Amino acid sequence: MSDFGYVLLKNRHIDYEANDKRIAEYIYAREPSFGYCMECGCCAGTCTSGNFTHLSLREINILIKRGETSTIKEQIDKCMLCGKCTLVCPRGVNTRNIIILAGEAIQKLEANEL
Amino acid sequence: MNKEVIVIGAGAAGMESAGQLANEGFSVKIFEKDESPGGHLKGWYHLFPNRRDSVEVMDYLLDVIDRKEIELLTNTTVTKVSKKDGKFVVTTTQNKEYNADAIIVTTGFDLFRSERKEEYGYGIYDNVITSAELEKMFRNGNLRCTDGRIPQKVGFIHCVGSRDEKVGNFYCSKLCCVSAVKQAIEIREHVPESNVFCFYMDIRMGGSGYEELYRESQQKYGVNYIRGKVSEVAENYEGKLVLKVEDTLVGKPLKMEFDMLVLMVGMEMSESGKELAVNSGLLTGENRFFAPADHHFGSNKGNVDGIFYAGACTATMNLTETLAHARSAVDDVVDYFRRKK
Amino acid sequence: MNFELFVIPFNIGLYFIIFYVVYRSVVWFLDLSRQDKLRLQRGFFGRAFWQSIKEIFSESLLHRKIWKTNARLGYMHTSLAFGWFLLIIFGTIEADLFGTSHLNPPYKAIFFKYFHPEPARSGIEVAYAFLMDLILAYILSGLFLAVLKRFSSKSVGMKKTTKLLTLDKVALTSLWLVFPSRLLAESFTSGAYGSGSFLTGSLGNALASFLPAEQLAYPFWWLYSLSLGTFFILLPLTRYMHIPIELFLIFARNSGIKTGDQKGSYTDIQIYSCSSCGICIDACQLSFSAGINNIQTAYLLKGIRENIDVTDIVPNCLMCGRCEAKCPVGIEIMPIRMIQRRENIYLPSERKLLKRYFPDRKKSPAPKPPVPPSYSWIPEGRSEKAKVIYFAGCMSHLTPTIKKSMLSIFEAAGVDYTFVDEEGGVCCGRPLMLSGQTKKARELISYNSKLFYETGADMLVTSCPICYKVFKESYKLGIDIMHHTQYIKKLINDDALKLNFMHKTVSYHSPCDLGRGSGVYDEPKYVLSYVARLQETEFEDENSLCCGGSLANTKIDNPTRALIAKDAARELTKNRPDYLVTACPLCKKTFGAVTETDVVDISELVAQVIVVPQAKRLMSNSPIMRKKKVTVKNNC
Repeated sequence: MSDFGYVLLKNRHIDYEANDKRIAEYIYAREPSFGYCMECGCCAGTCTSGNFTHLSLREINILIKRGETSTIKEQIDKCMLCGKCTLVCPRGVNTRNIIILAGEAIQKLEANEL
Repeated sequence: MNKEVIVIGAGAAGMESAGQLANEGFSVKIFEKDESPGGHLKGWYHLFPNRRDSVEVMDYLLDVIDRKEIELLTNTTVTKVSKKDGKFVVTTTQNKEYNADAIIVTTGFDLFRSERKEEYGYGIYDNVITSAELEKMFRNGNLRCTDGRIPQKVGFIHCVGSRDEKVGNFYCSKLCCVSAVKQAIEIREHVPESNVFCFYMDIRMGGSGYEELYRESQQKYGVNYIRGKVSEVAENYEGKLVLKVEDTLVGKPLKMEFDMLVLMVGMEMSESGKELAVNSGLLTGENRFFAPADHHFGSNKGNVDGIFYAGACTATMNLTETLAHARSAVDDVVDYFRRKK
Repeated sequence: MNFELFVIPFNIGLYFIIFYVVYRSVVWFLDLSRQDKLRLQRGFFGRAFWQSIKEIFSESLLHRKIWKTNARLGYMHTSLAFGWFLLIIFGTIEADLFGTSHLNPPYKAIFFKYFHPEPARSGIEVAYAFLMDLILAYILSGLFLAVLKRFSSKSVGMKKTTKLLTLDKVALTSLWLVFPSRLLAESFTSGAYGSGSFLTGSLGNALASFLPAEQLAYPFWWLYSLSLGTFFILLPLTRYMHIPIELFLIFARNSGIKTGDQKGSYTDIQIYSCSSCGICIDACQLSFSAGINNIQTAYLLKGIRENIDVTDIVPNCLMCGRCEAKCPVGIEIMPIRMIQRRENIYLPSERKLLKRYFPDRKKSPAPKPPVPPSYSWIPEGRSEKAKVIYFAGCMSHLTPTIKKSMLSIFEAAGVDYTFVDEEGGVCCGRPLMLSGQTKKARELISYNSKLFYETGADMLVTSCPICYKVFKESYKLGIDIMHHTQYIKKLINDDALKLNFMHKTVSYHSPCDLGRGSGVYDEPKYVLSYVARLQETEFEDENSLCCGGSLANTKIDNPTRALIAKDAARELTKNRPDYLVTACPLCKKTFGAVTETDVVDISELVAQVIVVPQAKRLMSNSPIMRKKKVTVKNNC
């Protein structure tokens, strides 16, 4: 029983083992507070860009951790770096650095440097 | 055995431990900074989880200390305790000194000052109130907005001043979740046509009967729960409160309007406790509460032998735990005198 | 006796460095923009030239600014620079006056004693020998301090000293050897001939009493020449390059050249002019509050000079400007850091020695491929017509007291205003600028500019110093831009706002982007003194502290910020004021988390003491007024 039935829902589950978690590793190594998030959503609630469009730092954060990174580049690009998220975060996550690092990691991934 | 023990603070912990001390045959003095005993209990309406009227508990505690071995000194703040030759000297703000053979500190907690969480608009917008103020409204039977309207839509914001690095409090205050559930139910009882929403990060229902109360709030009272820590509150032209929050389970920012917002304020080490700690050389922890000698075996003891702690001056505690903690402090006092013989 | 073999190393070094400095200066000059070349030409024939001579004397030689910051460090720099200068000048005169011929080659002055070892013949010569000894003693005293500083930086009053690279060490050693070897060479010669004044004479006699002075003098003259030659040849690779280049910098600056936003000759000149004195490290709060000691400007400039990877240093800076305000050389640090942030890519290059002496000339960077706009999804902004625009700024939405206070001030003064970002606006663009993403920032700037333009207003008021700075510097709005402190002052002066005096004491924290960043120091203090009792702190104006919350630094974590904030708050509340007042929502939030003193914005204090005419007060509470406001909102 190797697939535990998941093979039926190929697109509907997170294949954690198969997912590429290099972006997460890249961020963890440079910004330990990446791991402090408790998914409260404060950042996304206050987000200046999030007022107009789909941008949730909380979501980006957790998607990167799960290796579900296909959609995050588009979201990251929308950030204005205004810093409200950093100011409200109850866990002291250095949110803006995560955005910057994630951008770097994606660039390096595309250039095969990671 | 006519030992004298001084209890600092006449809240639930102080009164209960005083009663137990008297049972053990000690003569007891309780110092209370307010003009009457009772502490935070005085401001409460009904208690969770069984929603007993707080007056019942208050009456019980008043009975407990109503005996000749116990002397209650109100309007007296203790500023310092010092130890000399195995005896204690207690100094008050009136610069009077009292002697004692042992001390129980029950200085309790202060509620988080909500102005410090400015983005929630407490003190800026009308109708942003604290959970303590809501209890008073219930008690006075006067649940109204500042303009006299009866609130039709009420929001509860959990974790105000708790679990928040930005205000310097890393800990969970434990009681606010269940208080919110209780108060949400009471709002629905007072205003049956109202809608109530609780904004939470985690619903922490650790106590006995709490989870059942949570379920009841949904089953019987239709209280709504939205997972997300509120980021900002603003007031619109109609005087309604608008809040910004991410509905984290949907994954979208959510805007909602309210007539009244209740901030579930957390507990912090009391100011009088802080002063006492500094002046008397009592150690406090990272969370600023008194540091117990040992997490498991010495939660009533501190760094000075003969000075014991009880109740919420050592950690956030509910009433049940506080009363039990008060009684176990007395055990430690008895043990202390036995050891000294 | 006119020539000796040992003068060769010195001569090689001297002619090399003269050639080198001329070569670099010519390259830099050629690389300047047309306008800057013109500026330099005009400067050469104008006031700038004489001003520069004056400044070179007071700063490059006397180091007046270092004296002001730290007297002992000033003494050290002056004794080495000014002392050496005197030694060369008086040495040349000496060679000319007392030597056998006139118009001697430079080495004659440097090794004068060797060529003219005889005792003084006249009273003037005795006096002159005394003077030369005095100058040498002066330099040696400074050198003593420098050596001490290397081993224990505290003794010269500095907390930190810059770390050295290997070549720096060799150059430093040769520099250190120059004067002691001269002392010994001259002393041995003096001992052998019974000449010399109080220093070389007495030391020479003492040495000659038990050593063969005549034989020992020669090797020390060699050592003296070698250390000078080595020092000159290594100069271009070390921080001592600042000695010649600073002269160029002073002249360029006085001619009106500015850093601008492009890398070029002038940034290069400034980078080479840094002497690594370490004053920037002492000024840096990341250093003295948070113990981070490897990212300061001295390290950044050294890194760029030496082509070391500085990508980690660049974003780790609060951009508070304290170092720039204190830099004795007057390097425009903030613009250089901004340029560096835009180009924060490290390209490891071969560090061949020749390349290091003669780096490639800066080419203008290749144009970046066009990228699609990032913020095209922002919906069209709606704006109301009004005379004054109020832009609270993102951060102010987290400090609603500031917003509410400003609105009540506008109402009380009867201002025709529109609150453009009431529902949450679009970021001003400065945070993106600060992280080097100028193109994205430009998108936001043009969005906001359009929004402002459509209001038809002639005044923009903001509550946020971060926004204020970028509005002033990068928006081309053509209307008045004011921070709310300036605007409140204007309202007071125009008699539009009547205020009471509150009997409270306050101390003022000057936000970096408003104070050092934009030069607004006086208006906030004027308003504060108008409504309350303003206390002085030790950190006023240019010396004010950063709250630690700065958006410019993306690398430090929250506990580190708290360390800075706590230190700053402690200093500012030393006199126990009733309020710690600031003029920035971010400062307010940052301080609020770490101090027991109430932290408020100036606007809050002002709003508390507005004198409202009785009739107006009644009106504003009446339901009619409220209703009217609602209809305005519904119409738009």
